[in-house]
Amino acid sequence: MTTAAHAHTPDAAGYFGTWGGRYVPETLVPALQELEDAFMRLRDDAAFQAELERLLHHYAGRPTPIYDARRLHEELGGARIWLKREDLAHTGAHKINNALGQALLAVRSGKRRVIAETGAGQHGVATATVCAMFGLECVVYMGEEDVHRQALNVVRMRMLGAEVVPVTSGSQTLKDAINEALRDWVTHVESTFYLFGSATGPHPYPLIVREFQKVIGIEARAQMLEQTGRLPDTVVACVNGGSNAIGIFHPFVDDPVALVGVEAGGTGPAETAATLEAGSPGILHGAISYLLQDEDGQVAPTHSIAAGLDYPGVGPEHAYLRDTGRATYVSITDEQALDALQTLARFEGIIPALESAHAMAHAIELAPTLPGDASILVNLSGRGDKDMDTVVGALGAGD
Amino acid sequence: MSRIDTAFRAAKADGRLVIAPYVALGYPDMATSVTLARAYIDAGANLLELGVPFSDPIADGPTIQRATQRALAEGSTLTGCIEAAAEIRTATGVPLVLMGYANPFLQWGYDDLARDLHDAGVDGLIVPDLLPDDNEDLAQACSAHDLDVIPLVAPTTPSDRIGRVAARGSGFLYCVSLTGVTGRRQDLQTGLAAFLQRVGDAATLPRAVGFGISTPAHVRALCGQAEAAIMASALIDIFDAAPPSEAVARAAAQVEAMADAATCR
Repeated sequence: MTTAAHAHTPDAAGYFGTWGGRYVPETLVPALQELEDAFMRLRDDAAFQAELERLLHHYAGRPTPIYDARRLHEELGGARIWLKREDLAHTGAHKINNALGQALLAVRSGKRRVIAETGAGQHGVATATVCAMFGLECVVYMGEEDVHRQALNVVRMRMLGAEVVPVTSGSQTLKDAINEALRDWVTHVESTFYLFGSATGPHPYPLIVREFQKVIGIEARAQMLEQTGRLPDTVVACVNGGSNAIGIFHPFVDDPVALVGVEAGGTGPAETAATLEAGSPGILHGAISYLLQDEDGQVAPTHSIAAGLDYPGVGPEHAYLRDTGRATYVSITDEQALDALQTLARFEGIIPALESAHAMAHAIELAPTLPGDASILVNLSGRGDKDMDTVVGALGAGD
Repeated sequence: MSRIDTAFRAAKADGRLVIAPYVALGYPDMATSVTLARAYIDAGANLLELGVPFSDPIADGPTIQRATQRALAEGSTLTGCIEAAAEIRTATGVPLVLMGYANPFLQWGYDDLARDLHDAGVDGLIVPDLLPDDNEDLAQACSAHDLDVIPLVAPTTPSDRIGRVAARGSGFLYCVSLTGVTGRRQDLQTGLAAFLQRVGDAATLPRAVGFGISTPAHVRALCGQAEAAIMASALIDIFDAAPPSEAVARAAAQVEAMADAATCR
């Protein structure tokens, strides 16, 4: 396995290899430059980092543990499966890591109004949470279809004081929420901080999100060394925009560790959200990356049972890791994810988010094919409470 | 001299603004949009902006979003848009500028696109989500086929960047009149005159003002501050509000009123 020179940051123009960049209306250019300058200044600022560390520890509950899934291992055989328990972080998913970091950037930049997009609602909840804690005005854009699919998270955001704006254009899911958030930002760019949730979008967002999420991988790497005496053989994470995956992958990029991203395969090739598997290069929402699109360059409809995995694009750094062969990407269907969710619930007493259940499903497939001294580290990126309506809808109320 | 340069020189000589209405190609269907384009030319348009629909138009407000979604639902494609441009070209010498988001153009291939647009009689290209910083491939392809790539500047653009952006484009400079998305507005944005002055100081390309230009009075107010007025959503709103049998005529009448208001001396 090659661990040769992997660019650890995008280049000055925001490209990972040929992926990324800044494909936005001119109005936003100064704001993105200002954000990049602020981030570059504060990433090396001791007071900023100390404040972020304090919040991650005392507010978000970090470090999250890694957990050895022993009963699952006994059942499956082969490699041991370790879970990085991001589901135990405050608000129930990894999204809080990035929300805290960017909200601190907003505060330091003097912006009192924060906007965000959300799909599954986890990023919206995390943003609403940190805005309540910092006393910032918060507006969350959410596709009308996701408002229905993730009704519980809408209640949570409103309880936290956020305004939730249902988006009725286009497919009424995450991509349309991003369209509307970008339109808001273009309109209120002087006063507003766009707290972007995924490792995609225009430069510097893919970099910023990775830097605020890499705490997952830094912790997990140290925890694996401490508790098992060595690195895992494989790291598995679900990928859509790809923030939880890049967060756990990045600290392992130079290690002899296989990195596997798991995309949402929906019901199969006709109804999928597996961008790296079924997409082609395209420009959407500020970046050039892989994109699910028709032959005319229109963004294609997607499907996944997981509301947090049905975005038709993917973060540019994942496109780069795929191209260079450093990471591999597979897909898991709705049905496999539902099976994995139930398996983890029954064997370990952990109900994962449907998104994380995709990563789990791949680990369950992979473990029996590996030797007994191997280990797989799975990013359990969120908890499944928010998905109970969807699961009941798919499986029935239980037997 | 290019058709775009000719149009701006003629307007300058006559002491008037270039009137540049936008047509959402494929809305409400391709044939009607071609009819509308011709009606605008008859009404006094000096340049036409031909909009190519895209599924995710992040710089557009509700009116153009709705129009382009409908165009896509009606089966509008880039192929159809280029054919429509060629059809419009057969009967006019007015410059035609295609406006659309980057991805459909990228999928077509920039070299093929520049050749096909040139062959169709198109004079320039406006891509609101492709900055001069990232458009080198497109710029080279267009340059090889005598197509202008029209750069955009906004009120938030610093003066030094205005100069750099303008230097990377040709034809004219699209001045976004406001911080926001396209759509009809009651008033011009406060500070527009100062912004246009800043643009004039930093760049030599003619200034075409778009976004929110909605009435003949708005056009009139641009006299002495800019060289062209672009109008889009306000025309679509008029088209939509009229009975279908009169929609083309009503929208064209607004273009005529704006052309009348564009005589600056």
